[in-house]
Amino acid sequence: MHIKKFLKPKNFILCSFLFITACIEDAPLDSLSPAGPYARTIDELFWLTFWIAVVIFFIVQGALLFSVFYFKDSPDKPEPKQIHGNNFLEILWTIIPVIILASIAVPTVRTIFDLAREPEDALKIEVIGHQWWFEYKYPDYGITTANVLVIPEDTPIRLEMWSNDVLHNYWVPKLNGKRYLVPGQKTYLNLHADNAEEFWAQCGEYCGLSHSKMRGRVLSMSESDFDAWVINEQKNADNTLSEGSLAYEGQQVYLNAGCTQCHVIGGVWDVQGERIAPNLTHFANRNVFAGAALKNNSENLTKWLANPAELKPGTFMPNLELTEREIEALIEYLGTLK
Amino acid sequence: MTKIIEPKKQRNIFSRPSSEEGVWSWITTVDHKRIGIMYGYAAFFFLLVGGLEALLLRIQLSQPDNNFLSAAEYNAMFTMHGTTMIFLAIMPISAAFFNYLLPLQIGARDVAFPRLNALSFWIFIAGGLFLYSTFLFGTAGAPEGGYLAEEVSRLASAPNGGWFGYQPNAGLKYSPGTAMDYWAIGLQILGIASLVSAFNFITTILNMRTKGMRLMRMPVFTWMTFAVSFLLAFSLPIIAIALFFVTFDRQFGTTFFLTEGGGDPVLWQHLFWLFGHPEVYILILPAFGIVSEVLPTFSRKPLFGYPAIVFAGFGIAFIGFGVWAHHMFASAISPVAQAGFGLSTMIIAVPTGVKIFNWLGTIWGGRLTLNTPMLFALGFIGMFVIGGLSGVTHSVVPADTQQTDTYYIVAHFHYVLFGGALFGIFSGLYFWFPKVWGRMYNETMGKIHFWLMIIGFNLTFGPMHWLGLQGQVRRTWVYAEETNLGFWNLIVTIGAFILAIATLVFMANWIYSRRKGEVAPFDPWDARTIEWSIPSPTPVWNFSNAPEVKSLDDFWHQKYGEDEDGRAVRREGTDELLLQLEEEGLNPKEEIHLPSPSYFPVIMAFGLPFLGYAIIYKSIPLALIGVIMLLIGGFGWGTEPLEEEFESSEEEPESGESKNYE
Repeated sequence: MHIKKFLKPKNFILCSFLFITACIEDAPLDSLSPAGPYARTIDELFWLTFWIAVVIFFIVQGALLFSVFYFKDSPDKPEPKQIHGNNFLEILWTIIPVIILASIAVPTVRTIFDLAREPEDALKIEVIGHQWWFEYKYPDYGITTANVLVIPEDTPIRLEMWSNDVLHNYWVPKLNGKRYLVPGQKTYLNLHADNAEEFWAQCGEYCGLSHSKMRGRVLSMSESDFDAWVINEQKNADNTLSEGSLAYEGQQVYLNAGCTQCHVIGGVWDVQGERIAPNLTHFANRNVFAGAALKNNSENLTKWLANPAELKPGTFMPNLELTEREIEALIEYLGTLK
Repeated sequence: MTKIIEPKKQRNIFSRPSSEEGVWSWITTVDHKRIGIMYGYAAFFFLLVGGLEALLLRIQLSQPDNNFLSAAEYNAMFTMHGTTMIFLAIMPISAAFFNYLLPLQIGARDVAFPRLNALSFWIFIAGGLFLYSTFLFGTAGAPEGGYLAEEVSRLASAPNGGWFGYQPNAGLKYSPGTAMDYWAIGLQILGIASLVSAFNFITTILNMRTKGMRLMRMPVFTWMTFAVSFLLAFSLPIIAIALFFVTFDRQFGTTFFLTEGGGDPVLWQHLFWLFGHPEVYILILPAFGIVSEVLPTFSRKPLFGYPAIVFAGFGIAFIGFGVWAHHMFASAISPVAQAGFGLSTMIIAVPTGVKIFNWLGTIWGGRLTLNTPMLFALGFIGMFVIGGLSGVTHSVVPADTQQTDTYYIVAHFHYVLFGGALFGIFSGLYFWFPKVWGRMYNETMGKIHFWLMIIGFNLTFGPMHWLGLQGQVRRTWVYAEETNLGFWNLIVTIGAFILAIATLVFMANWIYSRRKGEVAPFDPWDARTIEWSIPSPTPVWNFSNAPEVKSLDDFWHQKYGEDEDGRAVRREGTDELLLQLEEEGLNPKEEIHLPSPSYFPVIMAFGLPFLGYAIIYKSIPLALIGVIMLLIGGFGWGTEPLEEEFESSEEEPESGESKNYE
């Protein structure tokens, strides 16, 4: 490639565009590869606007560059005509943009209301924002979980959302646009995934120290998988650990080190009222933890339990000064929570 | 200088400062030109600081999961970058242009209230220093109950709630420590500076125009100053009230924005953006004004559609108050509100388009001199159009819910505020360089600056569009490797360093040309407006005789007529006219009374930070110091004789402008 040519701004932008479209598939948060009807509607509207913008872009930049080259001063050029304006042109370039904008405005307004409407027979899920993780509740099934939102494929989902602390912004780019989570009031967002697939989610609104690590996963699965998941989630944790095993030791650490102050493991500790940290009853079934910023594996868990604030600045989980042995046992125990 | 009459020396506790050279003459000056220059240098200093902060941000983001900065440092840096660039760099650089040029463009000797002008400059300095003193005294930390692995460094002891300060995150519970108080009170102080100058400029434009300078003969830059002043006057009170609410919430336990106490965090968003959107036009309209001066001059054609450009400017300013919720399309607002604000946002594209087409009409058919100011003005059009078009995609609400809070938005507003406002400002800095310093800048270095800047700019902000669409959210300290955003982030960082190099070239050019540049000829650009009809550098007294203006672009029409084809023809005797103007400009015939310098604006301005510290540290002594300084400043100001008694004890208004209305 001629590097000089490449470096010209216009060429560069064009090349960037081609390059980017080539690697779109790889970006899990890509808003340009919709995987459901809501995201697709938005996508269509975006490209409509985009191509109109591209046309205007080339007209204006073309006129600009043409003027620069054609009307550039040279000694043999006569003094220019002193033209002060032209009313016809003024009216023309007022009216034409109005018409173009009107043609964007109509589908825009229609789509706004389409997206806001509650779908029929939608599965209702509550999303609660915390610094810095998303909590999910399924009121129909009595399930509470965190970080990974599990949904059935090809089914409309209605999210009812609020925040427990500051403003958050729930975003699954491949399924729909963003919606804020606000303390003290409810907001709504519809999701609908075509196929069984894993999606990435991310908090959009700056929400404090670990905002960038407030991530999420959305796992859409077939109807039967989803039903099986629901039945499993509704169970309490397996409490029949054999005394003396490492997992049993881990459970004792869990019960005595202070974890129960904030966490819940169903069936292990009778808890009254709300807890501020993620429900761990089926922790091992989730492939991520700590606001979906970390993969659920023993290496990450070891680092995390040794000093949570190291990985997630500002976290509300204290460094419990656990020994290596305690951490090892705890990880073993967490692994049993399926 | 000899023609300026010296005040009698007087022993009086309120005697006016009398130094004409040295530091004190600058500190006590009320000369709009000196104030303008000081505004310019101070703002440029903050521009460098804000740029340095941006470089730190870019180093951190140059690769995924980087740990060059801690989260606390990163958050402080992006908050300070935004706050600095908006309130301490672009706004005051615009103020520098207003101050220096406005009186010259309307043929006045100074602004309407010279001491108020000094006051607003010193309040700006006091507010900026107050805000930045957070790096020395401020504290920040994890939210109540949260933990940090390391101590908060000095770099992180700055405001960290974002320049938009969304509540309740920027409230006491989630942003403990004093840093956010420095932010809230610092902006409050800076707001006073802008309000004071807004009223000053409005009064100046309405009352100080020279004979024949009807409104529709004013240069477009003056018109845009007028529009910006109104925007400031109407939008700053909103943020002032909102910032008081924040300060009350943080200091005195009120709950304006706290749900626990029946408050509403969305209320802050509305108040902030009801100010924040007009603020965008406060930043961009001065650049519109500058390029509207530069393009006709170097096209050797009048501005195409002058009335349309003026009215479009005011249309933008007016509609600018009705689009604020487009910053909140994903927030808790109803679909009806979404639709309404989406439509109003589309409507604002119309007057913006009118301006762009008129600028194209101006250069169309001209004889374009492609020197540095012209290149920046043309670059301005090209870059601003991109920002404007991406702005239209935001008005498409559903698409915006994908784009909002991502780097797509960061790209958009940097195309508007950097490619737009800052390119316009650079254009103006080169254009009026000979006027201010009486020397020419170095054209080669200027062109190198332009090309480095336009390449670096597009390399920095172009890829951000795609990064945003690919899911990189804003204010993000780290991004995961799996998101595949690393490559373009690295390119962006490289672009940012090219911008830094470009800025160094600009500075080198400035420092060199300021001392060693060629001496500027009288009227170096064959310019159009009356500020070029006086010698450069501008004499202290501006105009030796109040000029009489007979038409728009009066100076041009003194030099050029039109032949039967409508082509410009230089009038006979123009060379003599220019010689005569230079001679007259340097040697005023009459005695000229200039506004006298004063200590009191400075004293008053520096009382305000003490009041700020007093609120933060709940300290009565500090409050007393602040109040006493304000009282001394106010009383001194009020009782100070308007002017020292002159040998010819003629009564003259302070600004000495009455002769304009003979």
